[in-house]
Amino acid sequence: MTLTLRHLPSSGGRLPHQISGEPFDPKSAEKLSDAQKEVYLASQFTLMWWKFKRHKLAVVSGIVLLAIYLLAAFAEFVAPYNYEQRHSDFIRMPPQSIHFFHDSQFVGPFTYGTNYNLNMENLKREYTEDHSRVIPLRFFCRGEEYKFWGMFYADRHLVCAGEGGTMFLLGTDRLGRDVLSRILIGARISMTIGLIGITISFVLGIIIGGLAGYYGGLLDLLVQRAIEIIQSLPHIPIWLALASIMPAHWSPILVYISITVILGLMDWTGLARSVRSKLLSLREEDYVVAAQLMGARTPRIVFLHLVPGFMSHLIASATITIPTMILGETALSFLGLGLRPPITSWGVMLSEAQNINVVALYPWLIAPVFPVIIVILAFNFLGDGLRDAADPYH
Amino acid sequence: MFTFLARRILIMIPTLFITSVLIFTIMKLPPTDYFETYVAELQAQGEKADLGRVEFLRKEYGLDQPATTQYVRWITGFFKGDFGYSFEYDRPVSDIVGERLALTILVSFLTIILTWVIAFPIGIYSATHQYSIGDYGLTFLGLLGIAIPHFLLALVTMYFANVWFGLSIGGLMDPKYFNQPMSWEKAQSILSHIWIPVLIIGAGGTGSMIRKIRANLLDELQKQYVVTARAKGLPPGRALRKYPLRMSLNFFVSHIGDILPTLVSGAELTAVVLSLQTTGPLLIRALQSQDMFLAGSFLMFLALLTVIGVLISDILLALLDPRVRLQGGSTR
Repeated sequence: MTLTLRHLPSSGGRLPHQISGEPFDPKSAEKLSDAQKEVYLASQFTLMWWKFKRHKLAVVSGIVLLAIYLLAAFAEFVAPYNYEQRHSDFIRMPPQSIHFFHDSQFVGPFTYGTNYNLNMENLKREYTEDHSRVIPLRFFCRGEEYKFWGMFYADRHLVCAGEGGTMFLLGTDRLGRDVLSRILIGARISMTIGLIGITISFVLGIIIGGLAGYYGGLLDLLVQRAIEIIQSLPHIPIWLALASIMPAHWSPILVYISITVILGLMDWTGLARSVRSKLLSLREEDYVVAAQLMGARTPRIVFLHLVPGFMSHLIASATITIPTMILGETALSFLGLGLRPPITSWGVMLSEAQNINVVALYPWLIAPVFPVIIVILAFNFLGDGLRDAADPYH
Repeated sequence: MFTFLARRILIMIPTLFITSVLIFTIMKLPPTDYFETYVAELQAQGEKADLGRVEFLRKEYGLDQPATTQYVRWITGFFKGDFGYSFEYDRPVSDIVGERLALTILVSFLTIILTWVIAFPIGIYSATHQYSIGDYGLTFLGLLGIAIPHFLLALVTMYFANVWFGLSIGGLMDPKYFNQPMSWEKAQSILSHIWIPVLIIGAGGTGSMIRKIRANLLDELQKQYVVTARAKGLPPGRALRKYPLRMSLNFFVSHIGDILPTLVSGAELTAVVLSLQTTGPLLIRALQSQDMFLAGSFLMFLALLTVIGVLISDILLALLDPRVRLQGGSTR
């Protein structure tokens, strides 16, 4: 009390003159500290990246997927064997393991030799490890010749078995082909089929859904019915019907392309729906009216002003549908109507594991299911992370 | 509401018409028909095909006539209860589908119930305990259910059920009971076989259902009215049940439309692997052998069910939420 009294002037007196000596800055109240600046002025992409980084599982999944794509790109080099090479002495051989110690002595990575014996009672091929033959692995070695990316011949492999030995880490199939090498090569088809398929459905979904959502009215009604019709058809039978149209004499690569198109053609409806509903709400925004008044034409408004607004969201939801395509390919190949040998994909490999005998006698032939599971999980986690990140202000 | 209903029902007619044309076109797309493949197959085996009979059947079913005439015959048959004739089974389509349909509905119905019973509590738990260990664990389990191809899960389960429990679980019942009238033994046989397909088909469905419930509930839980309710001292359970849970069920109602056709088609691939006597393998077989009336009529039937399912869910949604009724004008 006394304090305030002392500062107040006596009644009728003048207030003391107060002028700050500092230079005047009219924007001082709105000024941001450097830390704030970083947040408030960050681009949308930066914000998404920050949010995405917090989602550890999604980051790990992204790295795993990248690694798998890299492996697929250099599959011929990484694979220990040529994927088509038949090793007729080693048919349906169970997986071998890599050892490091022999007789409790460190010798570096090596495999044991194998002895083969045909059990005459049940006609089962029996392979046993021959512990007297230690065959060290070779790295960056010359092995079976392959045509890298179908362009030039090479014979370098990352790793191969030593002279006279074998290295079938995941066993061999009914023709004596190395399962691991086939999985690596198969990744090329299986991993791209989802990407190409999703690109097709993405383009279709954005264009069709975009026009329907923006124009509304009759067009919207027609598109909605079309979507309803396509969604009302069960997927697998329609894939089958379309796949069975393909003439048998088509080259494998043509079959591959048609399968991706078939997968994409059935899948765009979901994306078109979400584009449409987003547009329905966004087209009432003021900035759209402003663009209209300035004479912008519809495609410009839709694709330049509206679509970028929810593109990130779309990409995220597209990521989540990639697994459906990979599974779709597996299912089609499993029924023998998808890709055909000599093209190798995980689905084609799994189609050889069709009956219960395989599970009972040669369980390593279902190994391709593990990359399928890993990839699908990874895409799901990545998609989840992206979707959370796509909405940075949430 | 009445105009809304009338409009929705009227719209069904062109939808179904276009669907039927589409299905017919797809059925007709292969360059060969069933008979050509059949004759070629017989000749490849060195047998003589009865060309006279093939010609007769072709004529009888109008396959020699232009596509439009064939289409009209096929589609008008529907109104008379004639769904065409299966060449492969040499019987009318409606005869073949008979018992298989009932079994499929049974399997699918049980699967759907199982999916709901498992997915609902887990989804709600995951959403209310977001980012907890339990949430991560359960979401991961659900994802595994999606990620493992069903036909493989079926194979492996079949093997282990045999090794561990000594069960032979191909099919839905002992083969001797199939197409026999219902009896106590038959019912028992079905009951002992049915749980495996239900579990396997349910695995994937449960996974995606958990994800959907979790996502929808999370969206609702972040809204302000929930914060208000909790701030005003509503117990957490009540604050969950009273509004957010109900709102998040909207998606559920809109998915009823999808349930009808899945009830009938079931999971085709799993059924093929487990050799279930359901309609899925029948349809796939028909598609592979180009048995066009069997495949086409069945697909048409599925399409009809979807359209009806969508209608039902639209009506329910409109009843629940007036905004739906007024949606979708044209641009200003």
